[in-house]
Amino acid sequence: MTIVQHWSIDGVPADAQAAEFEIQSDADVVKVRQAARQLAQKAALSIVDQTKIVTAVSELARNTLIHGGGGTAQVEIVKNEKRVGVRAVFMDEGPGIADTTRALSGGFSTGGGLGLGLSGSRRLVDAFDLDTAPGRGTRVTVTKWAR
Amino acid sequence: MKTLADGGYDISAFFLDHRDVIARDWTQRVAKNSTGRISAAETQSELLPILDALLKIVGEWPNVSGAPFEEVRALLSEYSRSRARNGFSPAETATAVFALRDAVLSEANKNPQGPGYTGIERFSQMIDSLGLITFDAYVRTRETIITSQTEQLLELSTPVVKLWNGILAVPLVGTLDSARTQVVMEALLQMLVSTESQHAIIDITGVPAVDTQVAQHLLKTVMAARLMGAECVISGIRPQIAQTIVALGVEFGDIVTKASLADALQLTLQRSGFEVRKSERKA
Ligand SMILES: Nc1ncnc2c1ncn2[C@@H]1O[C@H](COP(=O)(O)OP(=O)(O)OP(=O)(O)O)[C@@H](O)[C@H]1O
Ligand SMILES: [Mg+2]
Repeated sequence: MTIVQHWSIDGVPADAQAAEFEIQSDADVVKVRQAARQLAQKAALSIVDQTKIVTAVSELARNTLIHGGGGTAQVEIVKNEKRVGVRAVFMDEGPGIADTTRALSGGFSTGGGLGLGLSGSRRLVDAFDLDTAPGRGTRVTVTKWAR
Repeated sequence: MKTLADGGYDISAFFLDHRDVIARDWTQRVAKNSTGRISAAETQSELLPILDALLKIVGEWPNVSGAPFEEVRALLSEYSRSRARNGFSPAETATAVFALRDAVLSEANKNPQGPGYTGIERFSQMIDSLGLITFDAYVRTRETIITSQTEQLLELSTPVVKLWNGILAVPLVGTLDSARTQVVMEALLQMLVSTESQHAIIDITGVPAVDTQVAQHLLKTVMAARLMGAECVISGIRPQIAQTIVALGVEFGDIVTKASLADALQLTLQRSGFEVRKSERKA
């Protein structure tokens, strides 16, 4: 993964293909979401797919903040032989998730939420990877490809 | 510089002895840089108290964080606040402090045959620190201004409008976070009471994305309105939002949703017992 630029204030520079953020506050969640939207537009995702990846990013960034106690996010444009897409990686060194099946089942929340963020994000994207263990933190990677 | 070689004349003593001419020079330098935005008289009335407060405590230089400097710090903060409010840049604001150094040193340099000066280092150090204090106070003022503007924007951006007798509408635009929801909810509940309305339409056409948090906020608002005996309809659900909500698995339960504000209005009118039809009379 190549991180082209590291910044924290005004969103994505016009020529950037990737962005990295600290997630320590609600304002940071908004920044990550804005970067995701800009990169999704640049990757020419449809309006529906833009909305889907932005919503997933919003959910996962908030989980990093609330459940993970803060962490980092990387959003980037990715390419393979056939397609262009947007990938986002969220990392924290929080408590981790003990029962991933339950956390992904939908409707389970330890924080008074709807418990739909994690499971919903999985349905919103094309590829979803959850790497977590109790005491080892959490890493979620999602990718949405342009159709 | 030859004139500033070691000698017996401390720069603070020189400053005291030449207070009037330095004061004039300083205010002129500062006024020149603030043309139009602030009058020369105003500049003078802001700067001279600072200068005199500094001269009262020459023995304390350059320890600006000490208690004797309290008055100077307070005056400088007040000066920064007024500059920040008048649209000066932080650099312009701090430059005024540095201009005092220029005023003092240029006056001292006018007399090359005179005694050398001491204490220039301490004086210069003090000016630097005072500049930083100014800068700090400036930034804090700007932050306060921004916070209060954000709050004002929040309120402005969540108008509750009366569409019809007994029917309110809340057109939401932008991101719906917790603070915003709180404002929307309060404004809506307030208006429900004051207008004795039984119906409200929450239009989310202008909301870019609905995630679980936004959904939860919407649900809460609807529930709160219900507790007050009013029914809400959520309108402006665009196709991409509808698909996202379905994928997330959010359920709006028995809350009625409509694609457009027009549909929602029609439904609400019906529910309130109004009948909307085209007049048969030719116009
Ligand atoms: N980064 C994380 N670190 C630790 N636990 C997490 C993390 N992300 C999710 N979880 C756990 O998984 C549960 C389900 O997450 P999910 O996002 O689906 O629901 P939620 O955040 O509780 O509510 P919401 O519907 O508002 O998102 C959380 O309640 C939490 O216990
Ligand atoms: Mg969540």
